Formats: sequence, C-alpha cells, structure tokens
Amino acid sequence: MTAARGRILVAVAALLVLAALPQIGITIPGLFERPLSAPGTLSLLALCFVFGALALTYDIVFGYVGLLSFGHALYFATGAYAAAIALTRWHWHLPQAILLTAVVAIVLPLVLGAVCLRMHDIPFAMVTLAFAEAGSVLVLQNPFGLTGGEEGLALGSDALPSYLVGVPNTHNLYWIALAFLVVTYAVGWWAVNSPPGRVWQAIRENERRVGVLGLNPYLYKLGAFVLSAFLASAAGVVYVLLQGGANPQITTSSFTLALLVMVVLGGVGTLWGAVLGGIVYEYLDFRLVALSNAPALQSLPAIVRVPLSEPLFILGVLFIVLVLFVPAGLGGLLRRRAAA
Amino acid sequence: MSTIVLLLITGLGLGALYFLIAAGLSLIWGLMRVLNLAHGAFFTVAAYLGWAASLTLAGTSPWVQWGVSVVVAVVAGGVFATLTEVVLIRPLYARPVGQVLVTVGVALAAIALVEGGFGSDPKQLTLPAWLNGTTSILGANIPNTRWVAILAAAIVLALLLFFLQRTRYGLIVRAGVENRSMVEALGIDVQRAFTLVFAIGGMAAGLSGVLAAAYYGTIDPVRGSSMLIFAFIVIVIGGLGSVAGSALAAVIVGVLQQFLNFYAAAGVGDFAVVLLLALVLLARPGGLTGATST
Repeated sequence: MTAARGRILVAVAALLVLAALPQIGITIPGLFERPLSAPGTLSLLALCFVFGALALTYDIVFGYVGLLSFGHALYFATGAYAAAIALTRWHWHLPQAILLTAVVAIVLPLVLGAVCLRMHDIPFAMVTLAFAEAGSVLVLQNPFGLTGGEEGLALGSDALPSYLVGVPNTHNLYWIALAFLVVTYAVGWWAVNSPPGRVWQAIRENERRVGVLGLNPYLYKLGAFVLSAFLASAAGVVYVLLQGGANPQITTSSFTLALLVMVVLGGVGTLWGAVLGGIVYEYLDFRLVALSNAPALQSLPAIVRVPLSEPLFILGVLFIVLVLFVPAGLGGLLRRRAAA
Repeated sequence: MSTIVLLLITGLGLGALYFLIAAGLSLIWGLMRVLNLAHGAFFTVAAYLGWAASLTLAGTSPWVQWGVSVVVAVVAGGVFATLTEVVLIRPLYARPVGQVLVTVGVALAAIALVEGGFGSDPKQLTLPAWLNGTTSILGANIPNTRWVAILAAAIVLALLLFFLQRTRYGLIVRAGVENRSMVEALGIDVQRAFTLVFAIGGMAAGLSGVLAAAYYGTIDPVRGSSMLIFAFIVIVIGGLGSVAGSALAAVIVGVLQQFLNFYAAAGVGDFAVVLLLALVLLARPGGLTGATST
C-alpha cells in the first residue's frame, strides 16, 4: 500500500514538474539543444506526449486483449482528418469539429471492428491492415477535394482560436498535449482495471475459456477495439492542433508499424511502458535525423555512414534486438532494475 | 473491345506479380503460422540488387543485363529470406507474436537501408527493346512485360504444384500445413521444411520484384509494401495456405483492380479489392478455398 502511495506521489511530482516546464528555463545538454522552455523543445515534447498517448491506446488492444491490429493508424488518421476537414473545408468552429470527430470515431471502428473481429490472430491482423490501406488510398485520392491528397491539409491561421496559434502560444499546445496524455492514461487505467478490462486480459490468455464461462468474447473485443480507436482518434485531433494540419504519412501502414515498435519498445501490456515507448520512439526519430546530419558522421566511410544516417534503420535494428533479447521492453528492463 | 483485352491482360499481369508474392506468404503462413511482413523487403531488396548488378554490366547486350538482373534478384531474394528464417525467426519458435514483430523490424531496417544506399527517388530501368515494346492481339497493344509476368507466374505455379504434389519435401510441407504437430510426432524434421519454404518464398518474391520493375519501368523503395498489402488480401481471399487458391484470388484481384481503376476512377479499384475482401470474409471466413472458419 505504501509502495503504491509512493509511486502515486512520484507520478504527481513528475506531472507538476512537466506542467511547470514552460516556465522553467533549464537546459539539459545532450538531450535537448535548446532550453526546455524554448518553443521548439516544447513542441517536440508535446508531440512525444501525443505519441505516448497513441501508443497507450494501441497497447489496450494489442497488450491487454491480445489483438494484433495492423490498422491502428487508420483511427488516428480518422481523428486527424475528420477534425482538419471540418475546420478547413467547412470552416466549423473547434467544438463542432471535435463533436463530429467523436461521432465518426465511434461509428467507423464499430463497423470495421465488427467485420475484422470475425477473424482471429494473424488473419485479423491482415484484414485490419487491408482496411487501413483502403483508408490510405482514400486519403491520397483526395475525394471531392476533401483530404488534399499527398499535400495533406494545412489549417489556416483563422481555423483555430487565437490562443492555439503561433509560436508564442506553444506552451498552450504543450499543456493540452500533457493534459491529453494524463486523461488518456486515466481512461486507459480505469478501462483495463474495470470488470470488462479483466475479461479482456482473460481473452488474451485463453479466449475459448472465456467463451465457455458464458461470456461473449466477440462483444468484449469489439468494446476494446472501439474504445482504443476512439482514443486514438482523439489523439489525432490533438496532433492536428500541434502540427497545424493533417498529412497522409499518418495513414500509411508504416505508421501502424511504428506504433507497434513504440509499444514493444516500451513494454507490451503495461500502460506506462507503452507511453514511455511512444515518447522514446518519437524523441529518437527526431533526434536521429539530427544525428544523420552531424559532421562527425559525414567523415565516416560510406558503409558505416549510410546505415547510421537512416533513423528507421537504427530503429528497426533496435527493435529486432529488443524482440530477440528484451521481450519485456524498456519498461520491463526498468522494472527488473528496480526489483534487483 | 481492344480496351477490355488490354485491361484484362494487364490485370492478369498484375495478378501474376501478386501471385508470386502471395504464394510464398501463403505457404509460410500455412506451414509456420508466421505472418511475414518482411516479404515486401525481399521484393524490394532483390529488385534493387538485380538492378545494381545489371548496371555493372553496362555495355553488354541488354538481354544479358536483364537476364543477370533476374538471376541476381531471385538468388538475392532466396538468400535474404533464408537468412531471415535461420537467424531471426528460428530462435523465436516459441513466440509467434515475436516472429511477426521481428519481420516488422527486418522490413523497416531493410527498406531504410535501400533508401540510404540508393536514394528514395524512383530509378529508371534500361530494358531490352522487346520488353519495352508491345504485342498486338485482338486489336489491343499489350506491353510485352505483361506477357513475361504472366508466363513467369504460370511457370512458378506449375513448379510449386509439382513440388507440393510430387516430391517428398512437398509432401512434408502439405502435411505440415494440415497438422504440424502430427508431422513432428512422426519424427520428421519440419524445421528444414520451414527454411525451404522461406527460401522458395523469398525467391518468388525476388522474381516478382524484378518483374514488377519491368512492369512499371521503375523501381522505388516503397512499392514493396503496397504490393505486400495486396498480396495479403490475395491470400486471405484465396484461403490461407493454399497455393492454388492464391493463384485464383490473385487473378480476381488483379483484373478487378485494373478494370475499376480504369472505368471508375483511379483508386476505386484498390478500394473495391478491400471491399471484396470484407464481403468474402463475411460470406466465407476461410476464404474461397477454405472449408472451415478459423
């Protein structure tokens, strides 16, 4: 009990520090080039928070229910594009746009999940991948000029309330991202610890047994699928606010694979592990690009320089090593260290 | 009329490329229950290595260059796939999800490496003049690359069926698809069949890669992943683990895609294929050839 209370205290303290970050001008050399309160650093951190939350939503279906979905990017993109279309094409206000996104974010996963969940295991993975690909094709085809095709959708300066626009207001976006992460974590924690959440974990361990006990695994899985997709769409809305638009990269199958990497990186089946994985992935992805342009790297021979200047190569290899040797992810490593 | 013939043959050619990817994927899935996401990387890496090999022969006859690029691509696909199986998949037999994840890592790393080494822009190919030409049939001018793709897929289909039906290893593979633990209990080394299936799948994917390069006239690092997705659709529609089912589904998917992309609008065909997948799953969860639902 005291250990749990201690952990909560640490979490609250960490949150307070994170919330106060825009007001503190400290610099962490090596990790960040600029002070933590600089807009560039804040927007990177905010993006990390959104991906942490997104990884958490993926962990609900993958880590807790055991559903290997390859279509999670679709729901993130759904949220992003629904909000961006309502804001830019129809010139709706932000609240109405969010409301519309919420409706879409429940209906779409309900319909697609109902079809996909007729399959199990790997066939389920393939079918979710196919639907996500259909979504990606749709976005690229730019139907009725809604999605902007390859260029994506950029929000105009008048699309959002003024306190969300411009470099001086980056700290507002940072707080929104942080608050979103906290809320997503709370909802996720509540969901996986609720009675249905326990059934989800039972399905992960032995689905047939859950069926024999008189529960309908299909409905529980569909519930988890819709909840996770809904939260992912919400993350998509926050992403649009941060990035000032939606871009087709978030619809691709490689983006879903990136989500998978995030969750496995952090630790499958633990919420905070997934959040950590999402944050670390996004941070590495950003920083490795900087590394690839570093002068020290340019002087190396091509056979070393070329692989090292490809962030996805480093992440892919890191991922293989983790899967082979550290199946519990970074979260598992930290926990083992704490227990030792 | 000539348009219909052109679309039909082009669709068959596209289906042939899908089949070459799907056949290996389907066998790998059927025997090992591994969803191999690295298959698109086999396709891409093989296509690039074949292209790079043909560049070193600049000055020789275009047919020699192209022939070498085909051989290099097939060998490269086979070697890459075998290494993936032996080094990365084999240690994870006890963890099916781990196997899938490792193939994700291979796909990410390999594609990134290709982008780093060759750049992300599409590369133009120099092909023998005949391959760039067309053959007239029923008033339609069909690009010769379509015929080559169809012929290659037909040969691979025949060879695979012969292998599966008439050879001892084919028997083991078929029995393993049916019931792997029973085959193991009979004292047969299934692991070698695993490696073999991966090698065959990788070679077919490599062939598909080099033929797709001729089909489209260019190679780029990302085509492999979109081809892979349609190959997944093909094997689910065709019934997982069935080579003949994959062939049938590949033809349906390729032709449907071509016709709708032409007559409706670009992209509608891709979309319709996914819709077809949903319909097939609702009607027959085991795919066209599968009797049972999984």
